[in-house]
Amino acid sequence: MRRGVPLAITFLVGVFMLVAFFVPHYRVSAWAEELNQWGTIVIAASILLGVGNLVRVHFHKLRRRGEGWFYSLVTLAAMTVMIAFGGPWGTIEEGSTFNWLFLNVQVPLQSTMFSLLAFFIASAAYRAFRLRSAEASLLLVAAIIVMLGRVPVGQWLTRGLPEPLTLPWLTETIMAYPNMAAFRGILMGAALGVMAMGLRVILGIERSYLGGEG
Amino acid sequence: MARAFDIRRIDRRVIFTLIFVAVAWPLIAPMRLPIDVSPPVRGLYEAVEALPPGSIVMLGADYSPDTMPELQPMVEAFIRHAFSKDLRVVIACLWPASPPLVQRVTTPLAEEFGKEYGIDYVNLGYMAGGIVTLLGMGASIPNTFPTDYDGTPVSDIPLMQDVENFSDIALVMEVSAGTPGTREWVQQVQSRFRVALASGTTAVGAPNFYPYVQSGQLVGLLGGLKGAAEYETLIDAPADATKGMDAQSIVHVLIVLFILVGNVVYFLDRRAERRTA
Repeated sequence: MRRGVPLAITFLVGVFMLVAFFVPHYRVSAWAEELNQWGTIVIAASILLGVGNLVRVHFHKLRRRGEGWFYSLVTLAAMTVMIAFGGPWGTIEEGSTFNWLFLNVQVPLQSTMFSLLAFFIASAAYRAFRLRSAEASLLLVAAIIVMLGRVPVGQWLTRGLPEPLTLPWLTETIMAYPNMAAFRGILMGAALGVMAMGLRVILGIERSYLGGEG
Repeated sequence: MARAFDIRRIDRRVIFTLIFVAVAWPLIAPMRLPIDVSPPVRGLYEAVEALPPGSIVMLGADYSPDTMPELQPMVEAFIRHAFSKDLRVVIACLWPASPPLVQRVTTPLAEEFGKEYGIDYVNLGYMAGGIVTLLGMGASIPNTFPTDYDGTPVSDIPLMQDVENFSDIALVMEVSAGTPGTREWVQQVQSRFRVALASGTTAVGAPNFYPYVQSGQLVGLLGGLKGAAEYETLIDAPADATKGMDAQSIVHVLIVLFILVGNVVYFLDRRAERRTA
């Protein structure tokens, strides 16, 4: 019963949504739209579950004084402050305290974290990008062309040359042909995988989403 | 005695300092390198140019502060272009952090172009659900986003009286940094509702979407800060992306030099090992 009911709901809803995709009848469309609304509500509710889980994990760590407990305290305090100013004691619109905190604390913090990537990429490029094989050499040459061709200096370096020898042209050619062909293959493989997984879920073969042993 | 400089054991702090200088120097003293325009960027520009005044375009803003420096200039350039063409803009977000970031761009631009909120543009804010939300918008945008970002019911917003679903949208510009993002818009919206779709994405994400450009599912594609700079060039409004291009140029050259030097060292080491073997 605990597994039978969710499996039956998944099967019925999955088959109905498949049918709705191909049947443009207004009653079918109305039901599909209704189910979509339910889906949005269920997903929104799952955010609450996420918040609950975050609080539980960090509260537990704080109580045990586990490693890095201070960061748990910061996480919980930051979350409490943002919820308080965004909900019960404030609004999220422009000029509000919530908005000010978001734009002046979270935005610079997250931007700074991401900016550090440039430094690590440079360091990694020096230490790890080696011509160890023919494939690695090909990758390296393509990477150098694209890296220079994607910035104005690439155009400047090859100015005056015939167009097929300019770095921007070579970059666009690499992106539009070999890169696109590779990604198209990946996309097709992923699409087939998604279809197979969808069928397995609808038919009740794939049960890991129910939790437990599946 | 001081130890001789050994390029094999170069301290990473030296690399970090060089990168810092390479970023900071062109920002202080711009070189104004010429910016060429690639076909995918021109595709979006021409799609916007072809729209008659009063058309409604949608901006899907799906990014967070970490990718903001790369993507926000695209949003700014696109809205600037739309406002200058008297297009009406509807903004919808599938990422919770996006609405205030977009608001930061739209408010000053609306003042600059004399546009009125609710008539010329609207920010519908964030809605959870990802692809489910996209499918819901295909049926009814007002039902999926019942209020705007400030909590005003969409039934009270004049612009939204002309918007029921994607058939009322002339063009969607999706600026995204991940999932849900461009791929979901192509798969769930463009292929199903046949709406004209363009995308702006991070430089590292752009190669993923070239198949959609070639198939015509994307009318345009802006890749990273360079894509934004190209768009700024087309609309003749150089801004943050154009300023950043000099810095990005120098950093890319520097990284290429690091790779080349690293490989020279690697081959010298291998030759020395062969000799000793």
